[in-house]
Amino acid sequence: MRLVVAVIKPFKLDEVKEALEAIGIRGMTVSDARGFGRQKGHTEVYRGAEYQVDFVPKTRLEVAVDDDQVDEVVKAIVTSARTDSIGDGKVWVIPAEQIVRIRTGEKGGDAI
Amino acid sequence: MDTGDTAWVLASTALVLFMTPGLALFYGGMVRSKNVLGTLMHSVFAMGLMAILWVIVGYTLAFGTDVGGLIGGLDFIGFRDVGADPHPGGFLGQTIPHTLFATFQMMFAVITPALITGAFAERIKFSGYVAFMSAWLLLVYAPVAHWVFHPDGWLFKLGALDFAGGTVVHINAGIAALAVILVVGKRKGFGKEAFVPHNLTMTILGTGILWFGWFGFNAGSALGANGLAASAFLATNLGAAAGALGWALMESRKERKATTLGVASGAVAGLVAITPAAGFVGPMGAIAIGLAGGLMCSWAVGLKFKLGYDDSLDVVGVHLVGGIVGSLLLGVFGTVAVNEFGADGLIAGGGLALMGKQIVAVLATLAFSFIVTMGIAKLVEATIGLRASEQDEIIGLDLSQHSEVGYSLNETAGSFAHRADAAPAHSTAASHVVVTQGGGA
Repeated sequence: MRLVVAVIKPFKLDEVKEALEAIGIRGMTVSDARGFGRQKGHTEVYRGAEYQVDFVPKTRLEVAVDDDQVDEVVKAIVTSARTDSIGDGKVWVIPAEQIVRIRTGEKGGDAI
Repeated sequence: MDTGDTAWVLASTALVLFMTPGLALFYGGMVRSKNVLGTLMHSVFAMGLMAILWVIVGYTLAFGTDVGGLIGGLDFIGFRDVGADPHPGGFLGQTIPHTLFATFQMMFAVITPALITGAFAERIKFSGYVAFMSAWLLLVYAPVAHWVFHPDGWLFKLGALDFAGGTVVHINAGIAALAVILVVGKRKGFGKEAFVPHNLTMTILGTGILWFGWFGFNAGSALGANGLAASAFLATNLGAAAGALGWALMESRKERKATTLGVASGAVAGLVAITPAAGFVGPMGAIAIGLAGGLMCSWAVGLKFKLGYDDSLDVVGVHLVGGIVGSLLLGVFGTVAVNEFGADGLIAGGGLALMGKQIVAVLATLAFSFIVTMGIAKLVEATIGLRASEQDEIIGLDLSQHSEVGYSLNETAGSFAHRADAAPAHSTAASHVVVTQGGGA
């Protein structure tokens, strides 16, 4: 089992969700996040004073998947979240030791 | 007594009161979220504190029988002899009840000190704020109001003009703001960290309320339902409109983008600038004054970074500079065609006489307010303490000064705090919860 984590542009969330649903993913968790990569932040101006805002709003998406689904899920996210401009985000995959569905107590692949 | 005049000034009084919660929102949106309630409180608490002080002694110091052109006597202490007959001085609001005139003026006494609070936002101890504001109303506002508004006040007799408070309200509050921030110092991180406004939508709502209430402030200052009130009403709207455009114009040249906060600030700057002139200039003069207010103030708000004083919400840049712009340009655009009690400025053929008087009024207000305000601020800082502790400032005024937060966006906030003599904090029995307010025990 793997946990696929993606940090994406917030306005791309709907497209990513639809792409994941299209390949049979039935659950995911999203949260608001802030961060920067190579794009750095952006400039805001208040009454003439310019501020460099380092952390820009992002959406963090987490999907628990079986090992054989990983490549397909990563591909779906990368394809649907891409705008070809700087700041599109990242996807990474980490091993998940155990997964339990709280309602039933099912474990492992059955809990996904 | 005139019922129409009375009705209009009653309505105007309510309009001016409404400006103070408008100011609270205007300021509240510009601070960081940890200080939103502390900032709202600086205006809203003034609605309580200043109203009471005004009735007890503030009004009589401003509008009581003249003592040497400098201050009012104590004849109206506690609003004694302030009744249904007009003010006995023979000039102020002769067609409305004295009670109404005194209450209309109360609302000016509420908002003027509240204007100052934008300068020291995000770093003031609440008890120090209460002491500073109380002293300032009685020692600075009341005397200057007497000089300018009372027919026996020395600036009134000199012939300096101030229709609704360019000197008394805006220059007075603006220079006081500078004096007090020189005493309390900069916020931690000023000039290094970005102090980004937490909710500009709130600021825009506040701007709208201020603009709306300002009709009472300026057109109400005609103290009657008449042509002068209508003229001042129009001038007020044009001042705000031109100010908004002026600020946006300056921004689009300097930063290439017009900002929402800029347009809101410009509207307020235009309103400030037109305040002294509202009842003395025609519509074209009002546009010129509002535009100059927007342009000059948008330039002036940058000075704090160059000169190194931390005027959190630009009270100096907007109220001091806007007030000076309006008070001096009145010497250019003033005309007796609008108001027989006014004077002709440069354009109407009055020469530089009016301008000279305006300069005297501006300088007198600047000097008096700066010196006395600095004395008050230093005294409060040395005794009660005016500057919040560094820890309180970092935590934010909401939690450190008022034990509450403006935004609670999380349902899992905690549990009841218990009194020492009540059940243990982790008791599971709901009946053991003790509410410390309202005699719950």
